[in-house]
Amino acid sequence: MKQSEFLTMVLPFKDKLFRLAKRLLVSTEEAEDATQEVLLKLWSKKGKMATYNNVEAFAMTMTKNFCLDRLKSKQAGNLKLVHSNYGDDHTSLQHAVEARDSVNWVQKIMEELPEQQKMVLQLRDVEQYEYEEIEALLDMKPTAIRVALSRARKTVREKLMQKHNYGIA
Amino acid sequence: MESHEIEKLLDKYFEGTTSVLEETRLKTYFNQEAVADHLISYAPMFQYFSKAKEERFTKQVPLRGTRKVHQWASVAAAVVLAFGAYFGNEHRKEQLAERQQALVAYNETRKAFALLAENFNKGMEKAAYLNEFQTTKEKIYNND
Repeated sequence: MKQSEFLTMVLPFKDKLFRLAKRLLVSTEEAEDATQEVLLKLWSKKGKMATYNNVEAFAMTMTKNFCLDRLKSKQAGNLKLVHSNYGDDHTSLQHAVEARDSVNWVQKIMEELPEQQKMVLQLRDVEQYEYEEIEALLDMKPTAIRVALSRARKTVREKLMQKHNYGIA
Repeated sequence: MESHEIEKLLDKYFEGTTSVLEETRLKTYFNQEAVADHLISYAPMFQYFSKAKEERFTKQVPLRGTRKVHQWASVAAAVVLAFGAYFGNEHRKEQLAERQQALVAYNETRKAFALLAENFNKGMEKAAYLNEFQTTKEKIYNND
């Protein structure tokens, strides 16, 4: 497989790998390094690529495992927290500023979730994967996914409401 | 979309029973301008999910195969070694032959010099007689 073919193949999902990595590792640099590692590993296995029927799922699983390993290792203890700045089109309105605040607040709330809930929420609500795909990726039963997802969503809602009420008071 | 329909979807959503399609409808609803007042507090959630999906991986991955380079490097190294061994051996043989030739030449030269020296010494012995002339001549002059 040529380099250009490989790049075309990973193009549809390389951002998903990065976003999952960032969800777990929080730091942008760490997530970039992790994504690069995964892509290089994938590149080194390009000979066997034809035997995988779903390269995206394979790559996502690799990313998940890589990041979880990273978090377990001592290195992760010294991780910096780096947040990227999200741009916003309508900055002039006070309401929009508040809204953007709450939007970024969701990210911070998600950082506090347990890793499994983080991943489920990321895969479902951000990437919009089907349950079957999440089952395979996270090696979970459908009911477990549903429970984790429901808990994660409710936690985000609850914390968002708290924040909202404090904002008013 | 009617807000009571959204409310129903939200209930399903928090129980984890919505389909991807229904979740897309929620996202679309909360990302537009006209969100019902009593639902506005849910908006940041869905707005954030949409925004989070826009994040891109922009880093360049240095793919140009590190493995390939190593493979070819080892081949190149093997070739260089083989050449080195082959030509090195040739060179050593040449040097050995040269050294032997030099030794032969040296011995021949020594022989020649030895012969020359021998004959020179013979000549010197004869020349010693000439000194007798000198001493005799000086005796004669001194006597005068």
